[in-house]
Amino acid sequence: MIYEDVSLDIPRGKITAVMGPSGTGKTTLLKLIAAQLYPDSGHIFVDGKDIHSLSRSDLYKVREKMGMLFQSGALFSDMSVFENVAFPLQEHTNFDASKIESIVLEKLHSVGLRGAARLFPSELSGGMARRVALARAIALDPELVMFDEPFTGQDPISKGVLVELIRQLNDGSGITSIVVSHDVEESLSIADHVCILSGGRVIAQGTPSDIRASDDAQVKQFLNGEPDGPVPFHYPESVADEQRSQR
Amino acid sequence: MMNSLISLGAGFLDWLEAVGRAGIFIVQSLVRLPVRLGESINLLIRQLYSVGVLSLVIIIVSGTFIGMVLSLQGYSILAKFGSSGSVGQLLALSLLRELGPVVTALLFAGRAGSSLTAEIGLMKATEQLSSYEMMGVDPLRRVIAPRFIAGVISLPLLSFVFSAAGIIGGMLVSVGWLGVSDGAFWTLMQQSVNFDTDVMNGVIKAVVFAVVVTWIAVYQGYECVPTSEGIGKATTRTVVLGSLSILALDFILTAAMFGDF
Repeated sequence: MIYEDVSLDIPRGKITAVMGPSGTGKTTLLKLIAAQLYPDSGHIFVDGKDIHSLSRSDLYKVREKMGMLFQSGALFSDMSVFENVAFPLQEHTNFDASKIESIVLEKLHSVGLRGAARLFPSELSGGMARRVALARAIALDPELVMFDEPFTGQDPISKGVLVELIRQLNDGSGITSIVVSHDVEESLSIADHVCILSGGRVIAQGTPSDIRASDDAQVKQFLNGEPDGPVPFHYPESVADEQRSQR
Repeated sequence: MMNSLISLGAGFLDWLEAVGRAGIFIVQSLVRLPVRLGESINLLIRQLYSVGVLSLVIIIVSGTFIGMVLSLQGYSILAKFGSSGSVGQLLALSLLRELGPVVTALLFAGRAGSSLTAEIGLMKATEQLSSYEMMGVDPLRRVIAPRFIAGVISLPLLSFVFSAAGIIGGMLVSVGWLGVSDGAFWTLMQQSVNFDTDVMNGVIKAVVFAVVVTWIAVYQGYECVPTSEGIGKATTRTVVLGSLSILALDFILTAAMFGDF
């Protein structure tokens, strides 16, 4: 079991940061929202619809309004950058080739990679790959974009670029964004709403300033990066034994 | 005793469940087929190239050598009975009935099957399959179906190429080197090869092997644990399970086709 009694709201048109230590199941949360995983119990409503009760074709329709930026970028390795961004448009719209081309180039332009359209994913740096993946995620002008650890493994410049892009996306087109991350500074700097998960529960929710002002020992440990505290430095053997017995 | 019986039963049930899952998996990827026909054909052609055309070298080279070896072995025995001319008949029958489909399928499992598993496994590990899902595109239709169909089309054709290469290799050795008369070589071959029992039975075998090997390969890739270790294990499983299934099925098919019941 990953979550226990978790209830949270993602406000429309805002940037919500979901933070928490590694292994708390933040990515799982995104997969639940996208209905790539099904919960044992509980409900998730996206745009007022219980996403897990939809039929396959309805679910695929809802997903056209969602974009997801995967941790690894997840670009299709057998397609060029241009084809990657064009793919969702070819699949879900009836636009002709010239219209698709202009949309793709516009999206690539917005992430600063119009010049890289002919390259293949293997020729991109990690930061560039993530920007291309972002261009692909917003190709269909989704209403909800989910970012899975967008800052992990990025150099400071790439991080800055991504922060700026996520912010612009939200300001420009009013997209609802969910940023899952454990990068405290970046997340707090762009989020309108923050939610901290730990040990399968929501331990804090609110605006970035609320979170910074929190007295909760767990929240403080996480924000300040203290090695020992409510989350112990030493991994308890009893928990490991329990995990092994469940295998 | 009781425990081993229980674990045997449990193992069998697990196996049955896996077969069921694999069956549903392949049926689903086939029934959800084309949304856009042009695109599906495009994807299929790309896979036919990487699964079929790129396997040609290993198939032709192996076929030629096996034909050459068969000729040498066959000639040394047949010459003792003064019927060295029958070496063409020996070659054609053993290649068309047995070696063509079986060896091609074994090579195919090693060359194309393993690469299919590794490719799909890596797509899973790099979240490309989830990415299709997220875009509302069924990965079974987009990734699995074209690869499966390409395998099923390629293997029987490769098996023909293998047999042809074997016969040519055998002819080079027996006619060109050992001095068998080429008239006897071709005439005896033509007289003894029957289209229905020999050629068509070989084709049936090749089609059955093609379905099984490609099915195992795509399923292992799709279901693998998405880590480097998991992909390695899945690739090995494809080759091992694929090869064993080919040999077992070959026995069953041969018994049904040529067995004297």
